[in-house]
Amino acid sequence: MFVLSLGMGNIAFSAEPIKVGVLHSLSGTMSISEVAVKDATLMAIEEINAEGGLLGRRIVPIIEDGASDWPTFAEKAKKLIWKDKVDVVFGCWTSASRKAVLPVFEKADHLLFYPVQYEGLEASKNIVYTGAAPNQQIMPAVTWLLKQNKKKMFLLGSDYVFPRTANLIIKAQLKAEGGTLVGEEYTPLGHTEYSTVINKIKAAKPDVVFNTLNGDSNVAFFKQLRAAGISAEDIPTMSVSIAEDEIRAIGADNLVGHYAAWNYFMSMKTPENETFVKNYKARYGANRVTDDPIEAGYFGVYLWAEAVKKAGTTDVAKVREAVKGISYKAPEGLVTVSKINNHTSKLVQIGKVRSDGQFDIVWTSGKVVEPDPFPALVSKKKVLAPGKIVDE
Amino acid sequence: MEVFLSQLFNGLSLSAILLLVALGLSITFGIMGVINFAHGEYLMVGAYTAYVMQRLSHGDQTGISFLLALPIAFAVAYLLGLIVEKLLIRFLYGRPYESILATWGLSLILQQGARSIFGANNVEVTAPHWLQGGIQPLDGFQLPYNRIFILSLAVFAVAGMYFYVNRSSSGRRMRAVMQNRDMSACMGIKIRKVDSLTFAIGSGIAGVAGCAVSLLGSIGPSTGQNYIVDAFMVVVLGGVGSLSGTIAGALMIGLTNPLFEYVTTSSMGKVIVFTLVIIFLQWRPSGLFAIKTRALD
Repeated sequence: MFVLSLGMGNIAFSAEPIKVGVLHSLSGTMSISEVAVKDATLMAIEEINAEGGLLGRRIVPIIEDGASDWPTFAEKAKKLIWKDKVDVVFGCWTSASRKAVLPVFEKADHLLFYPVQYEGLEASKNIVYTGAAPNQQIMPAVTWLLKQNKKKMFLLGSDYVFPRTANLIIKAQLKAEGGTLVGEEYTPLGHTEYSTVINKIKAAKPDVVFNTLNGDSNVAFFKQLRAAGISAEDIPTMSVSIAEDEIRAIGADNLVGHYAAWNYFMSMKTPENETFVKNYKARYGANRVTDDPIEAGYFGVYLWAEAVKKAGTTDVAKVREAVKGISYKAPEGLVTVSKINNHTSKLVQIGKVRSDGQFDIVWTSGKVVEPDPFPALVSKKKVLAPGKIVDE
Repeated sequence: MEVFLSQLFNGLSLSAILLLVALGLSITFGIMGVINFAHGEYLMVGAYTAYVMQRLSHGDQTGISFLLALPIAFAVAYLLGLIVEKLLIRFLYGRPYESILATWGLSLILQQGARSIFGANNVEVTAPHWLQGGIQPLDGFQLPYNRIFILSLAVFAVAGMYFYVNRSSSGRRMRAVMQNRDMSACMGIKIRKVDSLTFAIGSGIAGVAGCAVSLLGSIGPSTGQNYIVDAFMVVVLGGVGSLSGTIAGALMIGLTNPLFEYVTTSSMGKVIVFTLVIIFLQWRPSGLFAIKTRALD
């Protein structure tokens, strides 16, 4: 029997600790984004411990580095499940890493909480998706743009699964809702020379650029867009992968007036969010910011904790049953895990970048949107593999 | 028409960056036969120098800190090059295969070092006010000041290099070693000294290139990696160790890449350029400008 006492709180835990896995890229190209999500996950775990733990037991995180390398993610997932015998894993960012660990979690019949918006077309009972499905981010953003009379759209993305699938959905939507596609460009991950793409955008004269670039490429794109004399008034952009944390790296100057669609913004005025931001800054430094995936990484832990309380055990199969329909009052508002597809219902919002790197919220769905990972516009039959579409 | 001019200008500015990165690579490869995979990291060091200077000046907008960063980046990368040469490179002269492995390891170490010092997050250098915006000679055709600046930087670097190599005595010694190592040694040139000086100068120029690319994108531990492959392509295409070859190689790749990218896509543009370079090297393995050497190869 373990008897652990935390110095300050003097909470005595009488039973064995609960082991949970935290699996993110702490090195390599994706560490830019994932380190902050890991931090938020750990903060939630410590908050729960400070409140007396879960079922009277202390939660102990086991942190693994996926190193921005997909086979490593699969290896580390195996290690967490089989060797460390954790009760749940929180982690992953890119779709590639999630696709790499999915078979591991299905084979072990285990449980992963995945905190990032993605392209949809997936629903596993072994994953709880706390980020947005396409109908909770990309599709409302397109509809909003069309309503703003931004009908001529230029699609720009990084060349991998998420942007290609997202753009499939957008193109179907443009056809259905009366927009036109004036250009579509993909650049390799890590691409930094955007002058040619910017010339193509100029020549196509779009009303708006829908931007699904990931990582550092965004910095180069926005800097060079500005240097080419194109401001947000001339051609605005709508991004789905740029949040507050990325704005810090891109420089708010380069982004003022451009749009982004998310479920959570740091500037939201809910009491839960104010506490969340205050605690995050107190823990990790006043210059740190919170954003959507950070928030999803944080409340995922609480959703799981609620499910454990309901099940009365950490047994994976029972928690997986209990998590269906579980709600938690997250910083963005009440989120609920769908009973059908394991995604969470979420508020949808569009923000406009301010000069201080925060967002002015210009549109909100007002109520939570139910998740739909398989949008009806893209027929399930048509999709063989993400990014590949064939005729029925 | 505007698009064509604009693409031409983009091509020139891309050539300028490639040239700045490839200059150092070309001279170290040409003189010492060392394939330096860590060359991109000198560029990264230079870029971080610009960032540090900006931080030290507390967001100075006059651009003085940025101008100061240029010689300082050269000095920092130069010193780092000197140290690396003494500790590692000198054991690798004339051993291209071993040098690939060793310098690649070094590049990983330097990247992780940057990550430890500056964090995993990319950082941003704000261009001084007078480098923001651009000249607009035609409607819809803007020449960004930052790209004009990079172009002039490259011209300056090449001119400096030309005068150094052709007019100064230490530059002449460098050229002699480049053309025939053994003979130069017989003639009393201290080739060890020339080697370390050359390596340090090559590193220093990469440091300046780092300042230039900080105007275009963000700076991170992997910044150097974005340019290293293209730089090697320039060196091989141009002819190893030849200044005019490096210029020609940089121009060819810099001008054709945006062209193909415009008519196809970014990925396809790169593929076409690579393919053409490979075909060209089949026809002329020693590149555009092969160094005439009296050594028996």
